[in-house]
Amino acid sequence: MSRDPSSEAAEAASLQVTPAGPHPTPRPAPPKVVVRPRPEPGRTPRRAPAPEAAAEIKIRTEALSVWYGSMPAIKDVTISFERNRITALIGPSGCGKSTFLRALNRMNEVIPGTRTKGRVFLDGKDIYAPGVDPVEVRRRVGMVFQRPNPFPFSIFDNVAYGPRRHGVTSTSELYAIVERSLKEAALWDEVSDRLRSPALNLSGGQQQRLCIARALAVRPEVLLMDEPASALDPVATGRIEDLMNELKKNYTIIIVTHNMQQAGRVSDRTGFFLHGELVEYGPTEEMFTRPKDPRTEAYITGRFG
Amino acid sequence: MTGAHLGPGPFLPAAIRRQMAAKRQHEKVAFGVLWLLALLLLVPLVGIVGYLVVGGLPAISWEFLTQGPKDMMRSGGIFPAIAGTLLLVLGSSLVAVPLGVAGGLYLSEYARPTLFTRLVRLAVVNLAGVPSVVYGLFGLSLFVFFLKMGVSVMAGSLTLGLMVLPVVIAATEEAARNVPQSHRHASLALGATKWHTVRHVVLPGAMPGILTGIILAVSRAAGETAPIMFTAAAFFLPRLPQSPFDPVMALPYHLYVLSTEVAQADPKVRLGTALVLVTLVLASNLVAIILRSRMRARLGGGGV
Repeated sequence: MSRDPSSEAAEAASLQVTPAGPHPTPRPAPPKVVVRPRPEPGRTPRRAPAPEAAAEIKIRTEALSVWYGSMPAIKDVTISFERNRITALIGPSGCGKSTFLRALNRMNEVIPGTRTKGRVFLDGKDIYAPGVDPVEVRRRVGMVFQRPNPFPFSIFDNVAYGPRRHGVTSTSELYAIVERSLKEAALWDEVSDRLRSPALNLSGGQQQRLCIARALAVRPEVLLMDEPASALDPVATGRIEDLMNELKKNYTIIIVTHNMQQAGRVSDRTGFFLHGELVEYGPTEEMFTRPKDPRTEAYITGRFG
Repeated sequence: MTGAHLGPGPFLPAAIRRQMAAKRQHEKVAFGVLWLLALLLLVPLVGIVGYLVVGGLPAISWEFLTQGPKDMMRSGGIFPAIAGTLLLVLGSSLVAVPLGVAGGLYLSEYARPTLFTRLVRLAVVNLAGVPSVVYGLFGLSLFVFFLKMGVSVMAGSLTLGLMVLPVVIAATEEAARNVPQSHRHASLALGATKWHTVRHVVLPGAMPGILTGIILAVSRAAGETAPIMFTAAAFFLPRLPQSPFDPVMALPYHLYVLSTEVAQADPKVRLGTALVLVTLVLASNLVAIILRSRMRARLGGGGV
């Protein structure tokens, strides 16, 4: 994954300045198995019986592989993500974690030359099965990108973009969606008096929260975040992290991050990728205190990457 | 070498100071030369417009702009020619803009890099290089004779439209390519279809560039003589066309006729006609520039 130097610098800055303790940050243990009902009934036909009281699986992959041309980027990854949790995917540059993330909402297909094998189950249904519309998959599995990428429209039109494409036309309904989404993304108070002004006039951190609001406006069930804070300063990064903790009440979040403190601060579970393979996956605290694989230990103690 | 022992102040060694002064001198010379060259660019435009204004302005009057020619075009007005040119520009835009924008979007958004795509692109580039008189002959044989449109607004519009089509296609493709990939991805990731993405993200983002292309095309269509002299233009026609299949007068052709065929024509009339033509073209350029900058401002963020 190519990263430009400025985001690298921003991240380095956040590494230095962020007043977080040495990782692993002590954090409250994840709440035990709270299966929250989704706010929208009807879209969750499968409620797993879960006899061992395991958390409900929202999305899982089975032997997922992705190639760029003939070059394998992801090899045979099998992993499950729990509902209403934040899962962090960490690993060095080029380890395939971003590619993996894009496989979860079929966004790799828009990049020419990619090939995907294996299966991804969303609520138990394979999103790569024939006849499944990638457009519908992407509505249910939203995505926030590394660099804030608001459209060159007004703030309102950015957030309303998704709902409009999905057929919402009434202004009052759109307004309600925009307000709710901006509030969810903790941006409402800053922009409520200038919804009609261009989104590109916002600061970088505000733009990224706008992109989160825009993603939330189509009511996704899963939110994929590809290094959402790497282009932001530490203060903006902190706001995004707080926001994620709020959002996990209603959404299942999977975040790719370069920043291990960030993974430690925000995630419930962490997966470590190396050379396109999933090396280790488990509760974040365990991963950072007692990594099972020597490669994981080497990475999180900063011996490479 | 570090600056530490040099201390503060202008205590650089004399050699270095001389060198820096020489560099500043070079800088000034280079800047001056470039400035002069830029100034030179203005000379032809100012010269042409000035010549036309001085020679043609006395001919311009309300009557000149609203009446038909009189006395074998030696006096009277040029209204039919103005109207004819506007009609031809409108007609050729109706042909070139929808086709060109659609073609440009296809090339930029949908076309896979196949042999066919390469051929299409090659065709577009070559079409842009075909001399306009060849378009005129082509229009004459296809539209005027084969499709039996006769010498008419319709035939002329189609001919001009084909001629400027490559301009619109190239401008659209270029403008669409300049829309950041991240905007497309953002749209697709929201569950928008490819068509929605093209229609609601790529097209608005490319609009300023497309507009530039359209105006270039319009200016060209307004000014060309060769494509219309066989297909649309009438030598002398004191009234407006009654249907798309009537011929029209047109400014560039009228100018050509005045300059070559009319004995003892008043040079004032000639220059006045040229002034009107140039004003029309420059005005359309100006409108395009204003529209474009307003669009950019609306899109926000300074540079889009």
